[in-house]
Amino acid sequence: MAAVLFLLPFYLLLRNGLASRADLTSPQWTFFPSTVHWENLSRLFSLSDVPFARSLLNSLLVATLQTAGLLVICSLAGYGLARIPYRHSRVVFYAVLATLMIPTSVTFVPSFVVVSSLGWLSDFRGLVIPGLFSAFSVFLFRQYFLDFPRELEEAGRVDGLSRWGVFWRIVVPNAKGFFAAIAVITVIGSWNAFLWPLIIAQSPDSWTVQVALSGLLTAQNPQLNLLFLAAAVSILPIVLLFAFLQRYLVRGVAESGLGGS
Amino acid sequence: MTRRDARAFWLFVGPFLLGLAVFAYLPIGWSAYLSFFDARNTVTPTEFVGLGNYGHMLTDEPFLSSLGTFSVFAVFIVPLTFVLSLALALGVNQLRFARAFFRSVFFLPFACSYVVASLIWKTSLFSGVRYGLANTVLSVFGVDPVAWTGTVHPPLYWVVLVTARLWLQLGFYMILFIAALQRIPVQLYEAAWLDGAKPGWPVFRHITLPQLRATAVAVLLLNLINAYQAFDEFYNIMGDARGYPPFARPPLVYLYYTSLGSGGQDLGRGSAGAVILALLIALVTVLQGRVLRFGRAA
Repeated sequence: MAAVLFLLPFYLLLRNGLASRADLTSPQWTFFPSTVHWENLSRLFSLSDVPFARSLLNSLLVATLQTAGLLVICSLAGYGLARIPYRHSRVVFYAVLATLMIPTSVTFVPSFVVVSSLGWLSDFRGLVIPGLFSAFSVFLFRQYFLDFPRELEEAGRVDGLSRWGVFWRIVVPNAKGFFAAIAVITVIGSWNAFLWPLIIAQSPDSWTVQVALSGLLTAQNPQLNLLFLAAAVSILPIVLLFAFLQRYLVRGVAESGLGGS
Repeated sequence: MTRRDARAFWLFVGPFLLGLAVFAYLPIGWSAYLSFFDARNTVTPTEFVGLGNYGHMLTDEPFLSSLGTFSVFAVFIVPLTFVLSLALALGVNQLRFARAFFRSVFFLPFACSYVVASLIWKTSLFSGVRYGLANTVLSVFGVDPVAWTGTVHPPLYWVVLVTARLWLQLGFYMILFIAALQRIPVQLYEAAWLDGAKPGWPVFRHITLPQLRATAVAVLLLNLINAYQAFDEFYNIMGDARGYPPFARPPLVYLYYTSLGSGGQDLGRGSAGAVILALLIALVTVLQGRVLRFGRAA
């Protein structure tokens, strides 16, 4: 029963997306549209005022670049904080934790100021780079590396690897599952992000798919069937990724230290 | 510790810290600075106004009402999410077959964006017209179509906003609870059974619930922070081409319109509002930490 309720919105996406406009507004509710309009798909991609294909491509690029960059930068930082003995490492860790306490609602205005001063508005740099420095991901990586078996690393040191070598040749290959979990979380977050792209991507050419959808939704007289189809297309890559990597995601969420104990 | 270690430390952590400095510390500092200046339509301060922006925000009716909106939202969403996600976790955990399937079904909405959920909720489930799904269901019982997002007395728009968020986030918190449930040692239940405790409420009350304490605190805290950050679904469900109604503006929506939206573009006042919110959040976090003794593990 609850499962049906949870699946209902997905069904609505498809039903409404493939219906004609008349079907959508008919006062009589029907479970299936009278005819399935596959041509809605080609109409969606040839809209003149909303560059939908372009926005999909932008989102794909942003999500890929952001996830790849974040994995490198945050795993390095997490590892350094967990493993390298350094006098000020505690201070640095608390400085990182402190930014976690400050919600985006407080930082989005000043971050916008910084990014616009850098001249990165409507630019991939503005969309991607600020998202690379996730204190939360560093925190998760640190917790994970604290529990990483030291023996493996010591074996590498004995073989003459530097710290850098140990990290890339031993730690990363053995932590693939955790990297996958953080990657899925980051891709989903990046693909679904709305507020930041909304303020940074000001020209339609730089819109991400969420901004494009919102533009269609809040427009005057939106073409509802195309809008639903656009939404269905927009969730497809994420739902597929989710289906294939859910195992890692669930484990990542469960292991993220949020569970306490 | 050696010099080499110090060098390695900065090699590993340095790039991240540099980014954090530019995209977290610098903005926060800049914001605090801007909040004392007049900065309309510009990111560079023009005239020093002291505490003027603060005075304005603290007496600004829409700003104060945005805090009220957040409080109402939190009062709905936090307990509902807590109880329902725990119930889902207990339910799914008890299943003998198809457990993974049901877990996936409830978790799947987490992959959707708030924009997509807003679209479904606003224009299909709770659209105010006769053919909207909720109104179609109601018409079976002879109820006239309800204008869900436009009805202020009683505030029916909350039904739309709260259910959309529940759909999106319940699965995530359910996973946290399932993980915690699976960590409870089976021996505890066996011991209780030997002591004659009946399965059901007493066992749940005296064994399961106390064992879930850490997770429960995390769920409440995350939930509250996320509710406070609400923007996407409010903006997309309540706003349209004609603008945004004067009600149902949480702080983030209000700040967006003040500092970046079409109307104000007043970054000085926006920054002052942001600083006030930061202080409020800090206060609440400290109080909550006191009450729930959170943060021992960190």
